[in-house]
Amino acid sequence: MLTNVARRLLNMMVTLLGVSLIVFLVLRLLPGNAVTAQMGVSAGLLSHAQIVALDHYYGVGKPFFEQYGSWLGSLFTGNLGVSLSSRTSVASLIGTALPVTLELAIASLLIGELIGVLFGVFGALRPRHAVDDIGQGVAVIGLGVPSFVIGTALVTVMASVFQYFPSSEGFANLFQDPWLNLQQIFFPALTLGLGIGAAIMRTTRAAMLEVTGLNYARTARGKGLSKRSVTWKHLFLGALVPVTTMSGIQLGYLLGGTVVVEQIFVLPGLGRLLITSINNRDFPVVQSVILIFAAGFVVVNMLTDVLYTVIDPRTRA
Amino acid sequence: MALAEPSLAIPGLESPRRRSLLASLWANPSGRVGCVLAGIVVLAAISGAVGLTPYPAQSQNPVATLRAPSFAHLLGTDQFGRDMFSLVLQGLYVSLKISCVAVAIAGVLGTLGGIVAGYSGRWVSAVIMRATDMLFAIPAILLALAIVTALGAGWFNSALAIGIGYIPIFVRVVRGPVLALREAGYVRAGRVLGFSPARLLFRHILPNVAGIVAVQTSLALAWAVLAEATLSFLGLGPPAPTASLGEMVYNSTSQSLAATAWWTLAGPSLAVVIAVIGFNFLGDGLRDAIDPRGRTR
Repeated sequence: MLTNVARRLLNMMVTLLGVSLIVFLVLRLLPGNAVTAQMGVSAGLLSHAQIVALDHYYGVGKPFFEQYGSWLGSLFTGNLGVSLSSRTSVASLIGTALPVTLELAIASLLIGELIGVLFGVFGALRPRHAVDDIGQGVAVIGLGVPSFVIGTALVTVMASVFQYFPSSEGFANLFQDPWLNLQQIFFPALTLGLGIGAAIMRTTRAAMLEVTGLNYARTARGKGLSKRSVTWKHLFLGALVPVTTMSGIQLGYLLGGTVVVEQIFVLPGLGRLLITSINNRDFPVVQSVILIFAAGFVVVNMLTDVLYTVIDPRTRA
Repeated sequence: MALAEPSLAIPGLESPRRRSLLASLWANPSGRVGCVLAGIVVLAAISGAVGLTPYPAQSQNPVATLRAPSFAHLLGTDQFGRDMFSLVLQGLYVSLKISCVAVAIAGVLGTLGGIVAGYSGRWVSAVIMRATDMLFAIPAILLALAIVTALGAGWFNSALAIGIGYIPIFVRVVRGPVLALREAGYVRAGRVLGFSPARLLFRHILPNVAGIVAVQTSLALAWAVLAEATLSFLGLGPPAPTASLGEMVYNSTSQSLAATAWWTLAGPSLAVVIAVIGFNFLGDGLRDAIDPRGRTR
């Protein structure tokens, strides 16, 4: 068990190292110089010595592996570099944005699991029943309608019909103004939750239908157990592995989705930071934010793997 | 089964194997819906491509700005008096062009990677799968964002970015069955007969994963349309004046048109939704048609 976890951790480190290399490589494809590019026309007024000095300060223009190495080295010390556009440290920018995205992701996952599991379980118990039909309808909307359409429509309807737009007051901290904060998080979380809820619903429904016919389920019913006990303790637990897998996969979409939804609902999270930095060609921020998203995804995937051994004792090797 | 005489066959009761793929696709509810919707989308895109639109897509009409949908303008007009329906048709063409190229990139590279990873020995397989894991660890839309940022906006760069993000899924989906097929009797027989690995892979194994690839291609198209619209919604799509559905949605909100002129939001959104649902259903239907046991519903 312990060697298993150690092996997973090592695997995870290797994957993250590769991810950092990919991110770094991709952003180095860029023609031109990020430092002078963000100065606009005034870059033309710089003398050669000034350009060299600037490049030296921001560390651009060095050989590829030297740049990568120094970036990687500074990652371990928690120093993510200096933002080219705001000239504050990247770490402090991320520090303020990360909690927002984290809260959004957790709220979305909760809503998604709630929608997905409830509709999935009840749909599987009574296929073609009204609840099942509603669930299927929600699934089609969740899968087919992009989050930017749902989000845009929500904002438009709320703002124009109900004159309600909680984000206009500036983002409220969860601990200072929980009521306003929850209002600001709920609608973006609902937007994302619908999308992941749809996928989770379909998986739950299919997995439940698969186990209802199995012997142990029939035995449980034959023993005269209550319907609720059979549903949740036998069927749902039996279906939990695919549901967990799907939830892990959906988290990847969720992290990508926060970029879009934060943009629509004006939440000052990592996704918004990413888009702003892309528009400002602020690469120290872009590469760090993408790396953090990837790290989050990798860590969650590892936790999902560990969860299997909790859910399904057979996978404990 | 092979012994059954033709005369013993019950009339009207054909074995499902006999039915062509298209027929069983049509017999399947999601397959049928998928066929119809995807067909509509493809036709709309073609008419957008050849300029078969009610109005020239980009022509502005200052006296007919922000008109509500009517018979003259099926989806209304935008703030420049451009016909939304014509713009949507052109946007669908651009979207489908990008998506098809993206899926071609992902499909060819991913299938190749999956086949090689499934068939070859431990080391090659481990290298490919590890690289796939690394690519997969970056949420696909973020990878696409990074690539477009680096390469600059443009339709081919969008396609490349979206395609690269989808490669890992093809690799994973193809590799599993190839692992099983490697030990199949006819493949082992081929190996004994001294067939080259290339011949075994492309003549014997590839045809047997073609169904899986077809299903994944359809699902990938749905994802690509979604990703393209998302990129252009975030302002990273092909630059204007190329019509793009995501950018049209963005314009509708950024200009605060959506509240008063709802059709500027509804038209392009509806086009994306129909395309995404259509290709998703087509993929589901194809899966059921190819493997009736693996039914999801």
